Amino acid sequence: MTAPLLLATAESVHRLSPLTAAEIFPLLFILVLAGFLGYEVIGRVSPTLHTPLMAATNAISGISLVGSLVAAGGHYSQTSHILGMFAVCAASINVVGGFLITDRMLRMFKRKPRGGAVS
Amino acid sequence: MNADLARIFAETSYLVAAVLFVLGLKALSHPETARRGMFMAEIGMLAAVVGTLLYFEIVTWTWIAIGVLVGSTIGTLMAVFMPMTAMPQRIALSHAFGALAAVLVGIYKYIEYPAADLGRLRISALGFEVMFGALTVTGSLMAFGKLQELIKSAPVTFRGQNFFNIGLFFATIALYLYFIYDPTATWAFYTVIGLGLCIGVLVVMPIGGADMPVVISLLNSYAGLAAAATGLAIDNKVLIIAGSLDGTSGFFLSMLMSRAMNRSFANVLFGAVGAAPPAGTKVVETRTVTRYTPEDMKFVLENAQSVIIVPGYGMAVAQAQHVLHEIANYLIAQDIKVRYAIHPVAGRMPGHMNVLLAEANVSYDLLFERDAINDDFAETDVVVVVGANDVVNPAARHKKSSPLFGMPILDVDKARTVIFLKRSMGAGFAGEENELFYDKKTMMVLGDAKQTLTAVAGMLKKRTGLVHA
Repeated sequence: MTAPLLLATAESVHRLSPLTAAEIFPLLFILVLAGFLGYEVIGRVSPTLHTPLMAATNAISGISLVGSLVAAGGHYSQTSHILGMFAVCAASINVVGGFLITDRMLRMFKRKPRGGAVS
Repeated sequence: MNADLARIFAETSYLVAAVLFVLGLKALSHPETARRGMFMAEIGMLAAVVGTLLYFEIVTWTWIAIGVLVGSTIGTLMAVFMPMTAMPQRIALSHAFGALAAVLVGIYKYIEYPAADLGRLRISALGFEVMFGALTVTGSLMAFGKLQELIKSAPVTFRGQNFFNIGLFFATIALYLYFIYDPTATWAFYTVIGLGLCIGVLVVMPIGGADMPVVISLLNSYAGLAAAATGLAIDNKVLIIAGSLDGTSGFFLSMLMSRAMNRSFANVLFGAVGAAPPAGTKVVETRTVTRYTPEDMKFVLENAQSVIIVPGYGMAVAQAQHVLHEIANYLIAQDIKVRYAIHPVAGRMPGHMNVLLAEANVSYDLLFERDAINDDFAETDVVVVVGANDVVNPAARHKKSSPLFGMPILDVDKARTVIFLKRSMGAGFAGEENELFYDKKTMMVLGDAKQTLTAVAGMLKKRTGLVHA
C-alpha cells in the first residue's frame, strides 16, 4: 500500500526536477550555519543596543533588493516589472531608511562624563 | 563583460557583503564600535547591489529607477523626520516592508518560471516565503496600527477565537502542502497568500500593548525567515545569509522578551492577557494611599545617597526622559549616586527605554540591565519608578494566582524608599493590583510624570541653581 505511494511520490519529484536536491542542499547548509552564526553574534550584542539591532537587521535583510532589482529590470513580463518595482520600493525603504535610522540612534549612544550634559 | 567573469564578480560581491554584514552585527556588541560596524554593512549592501546589476541582464531601467527613487525618498524622510518616540511603530512598519518585498519577489518567480523548472524543493521555499511573508505584512501593519493608536490597542477577542485561528492556521498549512504536491495549482498559491494575510490580522488583533515587545521581535524573525526563503527560491546565497541573520536576531530577541515575562510564545500569541480580568477576583480596594507632592519628592531626593531610576512605558508617553535626565544630572552634581535600571520588557520593543534615554543624552554606562543591578536595590535609598508598574510588582514573586507570577521583576520593594510617578492608581497592563502602592515606604506622586518632574527640577534649581555639567 505505502510502497507504490512512495514510489509515485519519488517519481513525481523526479519528474519535477531531477537536480534540485544537489542544488538546494548547499543552500540549506548555508541557511542553517548562518542561523547558528547569527545566534552567536547576536547573543553578544549589547542589550542597550537592542533597538538599533532590530533596525540594523531590518536594513540588512533589505538585501532582498537584489532579487527585486532583477524582477523589475530583467527579461520579464510587464506584470513582473511592476511587481518588481513595488518590491524595489519596499526594499529600498528598508535599506536606505534602516541604515539612516540605525545611525541616527547610534549617534545618540554616548558615554558622557558625570551622566551627560543637559541638552 | 564576459559572462563567467561577471558571475565571478557578482558572487564575490555577495561573499564580501555576507562577511561585512556579520562583521557589522558583531560591532553592535559595544556602542563604541557600533557605528563603524554599520558603515561596513552599508558597504556590503552597495557591493551586493552593484554586483547584481552587473551580472544580471537588465533590459529596462525605468521600473528600477522609479522603485529606488520612491523607496529611498520615503526611507530617508522617515529616518530623518520620525521622532524617536515613534520608533516602535517605525520598526513594525519596516517588518511589513521587508516581508512585502519577499512576497512580491515570490509572486514574480512563480509567474515567470514554470513549476517544473523550479523543482519541488524550490517550490517549497517559494510557498513558505509567500505564506510567512503575507502573514508578516498584515501582522506588522496591525502592530503598527496599534502602536500608532490607529487601532484600539487593547486586546480584541471573540468567542472561539483560538479555535478559529488554529483551524485557519492548519488549513493554510494543508493548502501549502497541497501546493508543494501540485505546484501547477495557481489557485492554491494565491489562496495561501490570502490566508496568510488573514492570519496576520487575526493573530495580532488580540494582542495588547504590553506584549508588543514579543510580537515585534517575532515579526522581526518572520520577516527574516521570509527573506531567507526568498534566497532559497531564487538561489541567492547572500539573501539566505542576511535573512537567516535577521531571522535569528528576531528569534533571539523574542526568546529574551518571553523569558523576561516568564511566558511562552504560545502564551503571548494565544493568551491575550488583560483581555478580561478574571471574574470574581476584583476586590474593591479599601486601603488608602497617602498622596505626596513634588515638594516631598524633591526633599527625599536631596537627602539620598543613592538613587535608582526605573523607567517604563509611562515615561515614553509623558515624554519625561529629558527632564528626568536634568534631575539626575543635578543629583549627580551633588555627589549622589544615580543609576537607571532597565527591565527588558519596559516599553513597547526591546531596548525602547535605552533609546529614549540616549536621546535625552543619558550616558549609556548609567543604564543597567536587571541582572546587573537587582541586588543593589537593598542598599539603595530612593527608587524612582517613572510610569512602570507590572515590572516592579512584587506579586510576581509570591502571588501564585497572579498573571504576573514567575515574571522576573526589578526588586524595587527592597529599597528604603520607593517613589511612584503615575497618572492614576490604576493597575498595570496585567490587571494586577500593585501592593507596593500601599506600603509604608512608598510615596505615590500622582499626575503627569513630565509635569511632576518639571516641578521637582524647578525647585531643585531654585535652591542652588542647576549646574550644567
